[in-house]
Amino acid sequence: MAGGAIRFHYDVSGSEFSLAGTASADVKAQLKKMGVPSDAIRRAAIALYEGEINLVIHAGGGAIDVDMAPGVINMAITDEGPGIPDIDLAMSEGYSSASDEVRNLGFGAGMGLPNMKKYTDSFDIQSQVGKGTSITMSVRY
Amino acid sequence: METLFHSVILDKDRCVGCINCIKRCPTGAIRVRDGKANIISERCIDCAECIRICPHKAKQSRYDSLDILKKFDYTVALPPPSLYAQFNNITDKSILIEGLKAVGFDDVYEVATAAEYISAATRVFMNSTGAEFPVISNACPAVVRLIALRYPGLIPNLLPMLTPVELAGKLAKKLAVEKTGLPPERIGCIFISPCPAKVTANHSPIGLEHRVVDGSVAVKEIYPALLREMSAIGSVSGEVSALAVPPGRVGIGWGESGGESAALFSTEKYLAADGIENVIGVLEDIESKRYRGLEFVELNACPGGCVGGVLQVENPYIAKAKLNRLAKRLPENRVRLDAEVTAVVNVERTVSYDPAMELGGNAQENYERYIQLQEILAGLPGIDCGSCGAPTCEAFAEDIVKGKAIRENCVVIMREKMEQMLDAFYNHSVEKGGCDKNDNC
Ligand SMILES: Nc1ncnc2c1ncn2[C@@H]1O[C@H](COP(=O)(O)OP(=O)(O)O)[C@@H](O)[C@H]1O
Ligand code: SF4
Ligand code: SF4
Ligand SMILES: [Mg+2]
Repeated sequence: MAGGAIRFHYDVSGSEFSLAGTASADVKAQLKKMGVPSDAIRRAAIALYEGEINLVIHAGGGAIDVDMAPGVINMAITDEGPGIPDIDLAMSEGYSSASDEVRNLGFGAGMGLPNMKKYTDSFDIQSQVGKGTSITMSVRY
Repeated sequence: METLFHSVILDKDRCVGCINCIKRCPTGAIRVRDGKANIISERCIDCAECIRICPHKAKQSRYDSLDILKKFDYTVALPPPSLYAQFNNITDKSILIEGLKAVGFDDVYEVATAAEYISAATRVFMNSTGAEFPVISNACPAVVRLIALRYPGLIPNLLPMLTPVELAGKLAKKLAVEKTGLPPERIGCIFISPCPAKVTANHSPIGLEHRVVDGSVAVKEIYPALLREMSAIGSVSGEVSALAVPPGRVGIGWGESGGESAALFSTEKYLAADGIENVIGVLEDIESKRYRGLEFVELNACPGGCVGGVLQVENPYIAKAKLNRLAKRLPENRVRLDAEVTAVVNVERTVSYDPAMELGGNAQENYERYIQLQEILAGLPGIDCGSCGAPTCEAFAEDIVKGKAIRENCVVIMREKMEQMLDAFYNHSVEKGGCDKNDNC
């Protein structure tokens, strides 16, 4: 915990669907304990949850890193999955490559990436097909 | 610090400090200190989980005794719909209404009638532009307190109205004043409560300036007398006189989980959850926007809804069956929402965030203490054994940060210290030609 920043690291499994959402739930609980304003918590929780679900559904797992300093929550979501061929398309509202099977589970509405951008104060996505995807975002309060 | 009124209390003489309750409390409000399970008042939501779990009946609920009737010149009983489900074969509520009068009340206003008004007002509200979706029911005070403590981001979603009990109290008072000509303070509107949460809320309503219900007696306490009177009455012919229009199926349905949301007719986009664990699960998910398109959420802290309150007498599942049998015979809806009631229902309710779960007094202190907490936690065994009197090692670390506990309260740490001391002692005595701790001399 050097430099006063608090860091959390989560490995997100791509095979256990029932665990999807646990990392974002834990971050939310920690932020509450820290006394972060509820609006910021809510925005971070929504963005992280969407990112976490994408790791499970699209990337076969990955990692979430969060660091928190007073006034800002920085989040990094990285994976070594298939990557995204057309980022602009993936970022558009309603676009999803999800299978019908996943859609039947209630996922795959194509709002994940757009919402991650919408609810955060900064958002950056890098992706290379065959290599993986890396998203960094932050919520300020 | 301001001491809050709570109906849930500890009977110190009965408590054996077994720590069964501390882990069950949804807000981490219980600590065993000096062998007794004290409740941290600021955090308690009166959900009664500790009453349910305590094997020694040491956690109890306060409520008014029937003597409260003597304080008033005219009294009105406010029976909740779940009360009808406490009796066998009750196909006609008239006998219960007459029973309440025989027990000592002058009049009766059924809370189910008020609930039916609120269902009507909710339907109007759901179609208005002011609704923040999903709208969250405010009928269970334990849930409202939980939201104020742990989910402040959802406060704007709470239904901005009186609860059925409160509305019944207000309307009954007004009607009784008209009927008797007495001043309002001489009339007592007394709720027959299924749970401690409503006893507390009637005493100190959440977000309202004044209390509107004059007292709360427990179902389980009034039950024997009521049953006796009802048996003595035997049967009643025709409609009996009561202050309110009798309720229909909609109002009666509020007695169990799912009744309030079913009364919205127009939307299938609702959800009803009951039992505090399930309620927390749903609130967590709504907070993270996990359900898209959800419009109404009904939450009850008790399993099964109000039929599952700890002050009830009947098994909640049997009670549900009885309630459904009674409701089946009634028309769907009997009240008509007029301008007068509308004006009473829609109140200015200011539920505000309660920072009792925070570590410190301001953002900076919260942050610093959070870092300290993580450091302390790293040095604790992490087995959540509860022997220190806190529900988890994390809660214990929080107590240390707040200066309310010391590391040595941890039995594991204490044992390590003892072993070190013993080792040091024996090493010293072996050097001097004495025995070691295994008695080798
Ligand atoms: N981590 C990722 N790895 C690979 N592809 C991804 C990843 N995240 C998102 N995508 C792609 O971007 C699309 C849009 O993502 P999103 O907006 O979250 O919608 P959804 O998950 O509902 O499909 C996904 O359907 C998927 O094709
Ligand atoms: S469950 Fe709690 S209140 Fe009941 S005896 Fe054990 S420690 Fe005391
Ligand atoms: S009533 Fe509920 S919140 Fe209060 S101490 Fe008991 S379990 Fe905790
Ligand atoms: Mg997605």
